[in-house]
This record gives sequence, structure tokens and C-alpha cells, in this order.
Amino acid sequence: MKGKVIKVDVLCRVEGEGALLIKISDDGKVDAKFRIYEPPRFFEAFLRGRSYAEVPDITARICGICPVAYQMSSVHAIEKAFGVKVDGQLRELRRLLYCGEWIESHVLHAFFLHLPDFLGLDDAFAVARDHRQVVEEVLRVKKTGNDIVRILGGREIHPINVKVGGFYRAPSKADLRPLVDQLKWARDSAVKAVPLLAGLPYPDFESDYEFVALRHPDEYPFSEGRLVSNKGLDISIDEYEQHFAEEHVAHSTALHGVHIGKGMYFVGPLARFNLNADLLTKTAREAAKTAGLKPGCCNPFKSILARQVETVYACEEAIRIIEQYEPPERSYVDVTPRESMGCGCTEAPRGILYHRYRFDSAGLVTDAKITPPTAQNQPTIEDDLRRYVTPRIDMPLDELTWQCEQAIRNYDPCISCSTHFLKVRIERTH
Amino acid sequence: MPYRPDSVLVIGLGNPFRGDDAAGLLVADGIAEAFPDIRVIRHTSDGIGLLDVWAEYGTVIVVDAVVSGSPPGTVHVLDGLETLERDWFATSTHAVNLAEAVELGRAVGRLPSRLIVIGIEGNEFGLGESVSAVVGKAVSDAIARLVEITGR
Repeated sequence: MKGKVIKVDVLCRVEGEGALLIKISDDGKVDAKFRIYEPPRFFEAFLRGRSYAEVPDITARICGICPVAYQMSSVHAIEKAFGVKVDGQLRELRRLLYCGEWIESHVLHAFFLHLPDFLGLDDAFAVARDHRQVVEEVLRVKKTGNDIVRILGGREIHPINVKVGGFYRAPSKADLRPLVDQLKWARDSAVKAVPLLAGLPYPDFESDYEFVALRHPDEYPFSEGRLVSNKGLDISIDEYEQHFAEEHVAHSTALHGVHIGKGMYFVGPLARFNLNADLLTKTAREAAKTAGLKPGCCNPFKSILARQVETVYACEEAIRIIEQYEPPERSYVDVTPRESMGCGCTEAPRGILYHRYRFDSAGLVTDAKITPPTAQNQPTIEDDLRRYVTPRIDMPLDELTWQCEQAIRNYDPCISCSTHFLKVRIERTH
Repeated sequence: MPYRPDSVLVIGLGNPFRGDDAAGLLVADGIAEAFPDIRVIRHTSDGIGLLDVWAEYGTVIVVDAVVSGSPPGTVHVLDGLETLERDWFATSTHAVNLAEAVELGRAVGRLPSRLIVIGIEGNEFGLGESVSAVVGKAVSDAIARLVEITGR
């Protein structure tokens, strides 16, 4: 199939808008462009002049699937800037909120967006018809994640209860306790689904990626730690911009992430797992074992397994937090704005999400930088596509197109975060 | 919550920041204001969440923006239990749109016994918090149609 073009004008089953353009020259050379053509988000610009207190709510609007991640990265950056430390039960509650988001985001992606690809099915309803029990359980697991965010965050989407310094209102024990049974059920269900996922057909596709994630001495990372990689990176979050940059590329309205002096890198559940597996709970580690997933896994298709292992972990971590929870005396720590700069980097479901803000003495934003995980993964996605297609150029076009889409979905790209917009049409040219 | 066959639920679907995609939400707001006793939900997240909500009600009326090729402002009234055209609802930026949620509900046995879909033909879905003028008028029409359907 030399001299061919694989063109998917709009990808389906990704959040947001993106397109795929792969050109195969007559002599078999492959060029891949993962195009994002949504109008660029101007959040970084229109945050200027806003009060620090508004930032978590505004940035949460960037994404309907991972608003908690935006709120967490922003509050950590702001608190860093103003010299505020949020600890104890408030810190635990923030981890609990993140557990809720990971659960609902991961199961949505694994079962409704990605699993159809592995089963050769068009969509989630085809999956539901063939595996009704599995889908019914997944809906319940997802709802558990949503319930955590709703009860603790005050609303399922764009939680309203998060503020700089903590929460507007801390939940009571009675608010949270009913979640425990549901979470235990969800954990068991997630564990039960592992063999199904482990038995899927995985292409033999590996690369020597640089995986980048947070690393904390005591816990599987959500919001704190150092930034590490499997290739020797070990820096504080404050040093992020000395090591990572964003570049404009002509075909995309999202910026492309680059590890300065090194090149592309890989963030997300597989990166986190590879760098932090020892900090998972016992049940989650066993789930990984059942899945055949080992640290050092460099097959991006197996991200679906890493997501499921993290779902198990998030259920258990949520149970732990709720069972030890005692309402704090105050639901937030006092905050005094000052002229300053602060960075935050937290593990969104899709990978590290970096925020940096500069403030004037009144706490108004003078400058903002937001680097979402999908923008950081973009060069890796394109490189994967190029390498995936190169030995497969003689495959029928339809089949190869679908597999390319599946390869993009390995990264659970959240295109709304990195740009925005959605239409679905597939065109093929020869 | 126990199933009450005579109960009515109105769900407004949409994205408040995407122009005409807010149409369903505006209808929901209008109904909520005029009829405080009707249960009304504004649903801005993905369609999967509908499955948790609608099975408890006898009659569910969902209102959403659609793109079907009809003139903008057209108000479609559809039987939601028939197969809906997925392309009509492709304006959603979320993983599962209304048509897909219905199919999923059908596959797992989670559909209300009566489901009516009011689709408001939209035109401008760019970033912004206001609907186009023609859709604004259609919102009023849709509210009137909905009131007829509920027999108020």
C-alpha cells in the first residue's frame, strides 16, 4: 500500500477533537501527524487579572472529565506561591477527591472508549450487548467515582467545594461512610474484570520510552512528590520548566511537549505504574500480577491494564481515607496573597498536569502557564503512529486506520484539555 | 427511589459554554421556573450518567441540541425508545451522547418506560455562553411543546 494516505478527519471515542493524517510515500516512508484543530483555549491569557481565589473554578472549566486535576494543580501552585501548607485531613480529603476522579475517568476510558477496539467492536453498546454483566458493573463502578466527587466536591462535574487552602465545607463522617461498601464492591468488581482485560489481543509493539511521573516516598502519587523518569530524571516540581518545554507545531493548536535536550516523553498511568508500582496496595499489585503487567512495561497498548490496576488502587485508597477520617477543626487554612510565583504538578488521570502562576501583591494573576498531559504526550503519539504503520503498510486501509485510532486511544487523549472541539467523519484516500 | 409510573422527569442536556449546545439547559431552566413541582435536572456531564437517573421515572422528557440538517430553530419531538440518529447528537463533546446513552440503556435494561426527546436544531456551537437568536426562540417553543406533552 505504498503512496497511500490514512486520513481520519475526526477521531471518535476520544474526548474532544482531534484528527489523524498519515502519509505513506511511494518508497514506503511513513509520516504521521496527530492533528488537533480545535480553536486554542485562551485560558492562560484570560486568567490574567483574575483573583487567585477564582483560579481553581476557572481552570476546572478546561475539562469536563478531569476538573479535579485542574483544581488540584492550581491550588497546589497557588499555595506554593503564598507559602501555605495544607496537611492532615484536608490533604487526605484532596487525595480522596482525586481517587473519585481516577475511578470514573479510568473506567469510562477503559471500557467505553478503548475496550471496543480490542474486541473488534464499533462502540460501547456493542460491548454492552455482548458483555452485559461487565458493562452493568462498570456503570456502577463509574458511579462510585462520580459519587465521591459529588459528595466531597459538591457537584459531579466542576466541583464547587474546592478552594485555595482546603474546602468550603468539610464532609462529616456520615457523609462519607456510605461510600465504603460501594467502594469495596467496586474494588472487587475491578479486580474481577482484570482477566477479561488481560486476555485481550495486544499487538507486539514496544519502544524505549522515557516515562515521566511524580514519585513520593510514601504513597502512590497524586499531588506531591518529585518528578522522575526511568532515564535518570529526578527533579523538584519547581524545576519543571528548566527540563520541559512546549513547542508550537504548524499542524496543531496544542503545544507539543519536549524534554529539553532529550526529546519526547510519556506520561500517564503506564508511566506512573512503571515508576511507582512498589507503592500500590497489595490488592492492586496482585491485580497487576494477574494482568501480567510488570514495572518496565513499554507496550503502550497495555495502558488499559495500568488504568485498571489504578482503578483498584484508587478504590482501596479511598476506603483507607474514609475509614480513618475525622472531620478537621476547620475546612481550610487561611491564605494571605503576596507578590509571588508558584508551580504545582499533579497526576491527572492522563498524566502530569503542570500549572504555574505569577501573582501581584493583591493576589491577582499576572501570568499563567498550564501544560496538560495530552500536549506532553503528543510527540510520542505521533512517533508511535509512524512506528506502528511502517511495518504494516500492506494492511487493508480500513483495518490499519482503525488500529491507528486504537493506538491513539492508548493515551486516553483528553483533547479538550490540550485544545478543544468534536466532529466525527472518516475519509480515506488512496 | 421507588418507581412511580405517574412521575415525570425533565432533563436538559447540554454544555453551557458552547453556544447553541445550551438549548436543552435553557428549556430545563424555563420548566423549573414555571413548574416548581416538576422534577427537572440540568445534565452537563456525559450521557452515561442518565442511566442512573431516568429509570426511576414513568415519563422522561430529555431536551438536547441537535444537528440534523433541518433549519436552525426547528423543534423535533421524538420517541426516545425508537432508535435515535446518533449523528444528530454528535455535537456533544462528551464520550457518550444521548442517542448512545439510549442504546446503552437498552443493552443493559435501563430505560424509562416512556422517553420523549425534544431536539432543538442548533447552528452555532462555538465557545460562548449565549444561544443564537433563532435557537433562543426555539427554546420558548420547546417549553410550550413540553408543557403540552405533560398535559399541564
